[in-house]
Amino acid sequence: MSVVTTVTPLGSYRNDSPYPFCPGCGHKSILDNLNAALVELQVDPAKTVIVSDIGCSGLSDQYFITSAFHGLHGRSVTYATGIKLAQPELTVIVVMGDGGTGIGGTHLLNAARRNIGITVLVFNNFNYGMTGGQHSATTPTGAVTSTTPGGNPERPLDICASVGVNGAGYVWRGTNFDTDLTERISEAILSESFALLDIWELCTAYFVKSNQFTRRAIDSTLEELGFETGVLYRDDRPEYTAAIREAGSSSLGASPDGPQPISSEWTSHLDHPFLIEVAGSAGGRVRSAVRLAAIAAIKSGLFASQRDDYPVTVKTGHSLSRLLLADRPIDYAGPEQPDILVVLTDDGYRKVAGRAKRMTEDAVVYALPQFSAIETPARVVVLDPANLPGRIGKGDLALLALAAVVQNSGVIPIEALRSAVADGPFGESNLAAVAHGVVLAAE
Amino acid sequence: MGCDDNVDVRELTDGSAAIVRGAVDAGCDFFAGYPITPASQILTAMTREMPKSGGVAIQGEDEISSIGMCIGATMAGARAMTATSGPGISLYSENIGMAVMGEVPLVIVDVQRLGPSTGGATTAAQGDVQFVRWGTGGGYPIIALAPSSVPECYTLTMKAFDLAERFRCPVFLLTDKELNLTATTVDIEDYQRVEVRPRSRRSAEASIEPPYSYDPPDAVGAVATYGDPAIVRFTGSTHDERAFISKDPITVGALNEHLVAKIHAHQDEIDMVATDIDPKATTAFLSYGITAGSMREAVRIARADGRRVSAATVHSIWPVPETAIRVVLESHDRVVIGELNHGQYRREIERLAGQGTEVIGVHRNDGTLITPADFLEVLV
Repeated sequence: MSVVTTVTPLGSYRNDSPYPFCPGCGHKSILDNLNAALVELQVDPAKTVIVSDIGCSGLSDQYFITSAFHGLHGRSVTYATGIKLAQPELTVIVVMGDGGTGIGGTHLLNAARRNIGITVLVFNNFNYGMTGGQHSATTPTGAVTSTTPGGNPERPLDICASVGVNGAGYVWRGTNFDTDLTERISEAILSESFALLDIWELCTAYFVKSNQFTRRAIDSTLEELGFETGVLYRDDRPEYTAAIREAGSSSLGASPDGPQPISSEWTSHLDHPFLIEVAGSAGGRVRSAVRLAAIAAIKSGLFASQRDDYPVTVKTGHSLSRLLLADRPIDYAGPEQPDILVVLTDDGYRKVAGRAKRMTEDAVVYALPQFSAIETPARVVVLDPANLPGRIGKGDLALLALAAVVQNSGVIPIEALRSAVADGPFGESNLAAVAHGVVLAAE
Repeated sequence: MGCDDNVDVRELTDGSAAIVRGAVDAGCDFFAGYPITPASQILTAMTREMPKSGGVAIQGEDEISSIGMCIGATMAGARAMTATSGPGISLYSENIGMAVMGEVPLVIVDVQRLGPSTGGATTAAQGDVQFVRWGTGGGYPIIALAPSSVPECYTLTMKAFDLAERFRCPVFLLTDKELNLTATTVDIEDYQRVEVRPRSRRSAEASIEPPYSYDPPDAVGAVATYGDPAIVRFTGSTHDERAFISKDPITVGALNEHLVAKIHAHQDEIDMVATDIDPKATTAFLSYGITAGSMREAVRIARADGRRVSAATVHSIWPVPETAIRVVLESHDRVVIGELNHGQYRREIERLAGQGTEVIGVHRNDGTLITPADFLEVLV
């Protein structure tokens, strides 16, 4: 089916409502320039989203016949980013004030770094007009506002430099009086990069009154600060929505991660919950050894759960891992007192010393020789790697000890453990560790 | 999950993986989040999963931007999820309100950790129960689901997506460190799929159909999406049906009544309570989330010992499934509620309990789990 459409060029993207702004406020002229730019570009109103912030400029979207999003203060760039990421073909234009710039500064910096293809118009009138003329991040030093009655002691933010040095694709500074504003807005939109226009203007309700501020004062302030005007930065590196899809393209079409089934090939006589705790250190492959033992238990028809405890600085300190085994689904994985405790390092022992003391006489501790005399009522089985031929790496001790536990306790068949450890790149060394554990268990 | 012919097949996995699978199976195609223990595993897994189906996952510069991006993407047609922990919910707060006001379908996962403040990043807690309920200004209804096992993490994630579409609002999935990070054995057949309804989209030719509707108050209007042939307006301010800002009391009253009515009038579509009633028991245990696991173990131990007890697991904690909970309260002399906080949900149960029913709280807030023994101690 062919569809014939007649495209009538739009003469305006404004609706019939008159602007709500104060006499002399710069917002009207900026929006007229935006409208002129949209007319020049003949964008599709439905595929153009004006994202407005909070403040007087936040009212702007309601005077256009385009799509619109009116969100929270300072967060307009985040909504614009989400819209653009979901539908890169949309034209997304953010309208925000110097207030939104201050509170949402991190979003501007990060949008610039990403070079996401949105256009940001900053209506910069040096104060908060909607809430009573308070100072903003761009208020010139010395200026009087309702919150700087003695003159502003802060330095104004150089918005353009901030986004410019951080990778924005297009950055322009000027005033709403500039005759090329329409052209610059069009250019920014067409740049299809992160584009920001820092548009200086007058707030006649507050800033003009408090500071006898004029159009000429804008120019002298720019000069005093040494802020350049015009197109200040251009960068044609890849736009973000394309870049993030490119970065993910190698996995496009791959199957989602599904369950990794383990079938039970062995059986276990275990008929009650049984807790094995391994107390070692970072780098000792404690967690991976316990995971292999958990898989071995599942291969033996049991249910297993694994709870780990380690410091947030993962490469140092203790590494505890608790393996709970049961003959039925585990609803509560939190019992405290282990039936078997494996002590491998000082870091680990310090964390479990209390539990070792509270163990019962029918519980068992498997310990390296230096922990043979620890305080515990439990029976202590000493595992001495020195009795083995060759040197045993510290990364193999956890699995070696677990093999000894499995061999001696009989909670699961040692064949199940062998089967669980044999897969993967460490299969061979894992099997050697299990064999060593079986040897030590026999002593 | 297509494994029905392998009934005995199990896997070793955790709640984080189940949530991610649930999201993928629900058709989630946008994720934004900021790293935080114990929710980071969801972020990293979603980063891996989303590009496989052409979706997008992005690490925001903070939590505010993460939920903001999700809201923007949703309005541009995406099915979005974000995940964080209590400290991140604090930063989501204002945007949660905006998602309520703007009627944005969105799934928010809160993997609870011990608070307040930074608290204990790797310690279990259920301290955000009232926080997610009242965590934004205005006080409007919130839907929150609380899985109590790894398979339920999968199922209720899908359900959360479905409810978000049904009611056009943010839906919380409230889990915790223990559920998300403890690897456990799951029967693969226990993953129950939920049908996730497609988004009700404004018809393409309806160029003048407004993006919102308040009449009748409980009706949920179709979502207008950026990129549709007609323009779309969205606002977080009080607004008329065309999304123009309004302060007119009749308009604003209708809007706010709608936000309440659309959920309250259809609570039967949300309520989920799994009950295990012994008609001869005088005591019932009631719990939710990870603590419901301890409760079920306590019930097993008690019954093996010949003691009579009932149990109820609340899966839809907000809005409070009052009808089902009242049934439990009215049929028992005592209801014992267990939770990892100082009584945040107990107050809801007490509110519902009649004169004849005693409500007893079992609480811990020290980073350790409530044990089956903690429940059994009360069962004398």
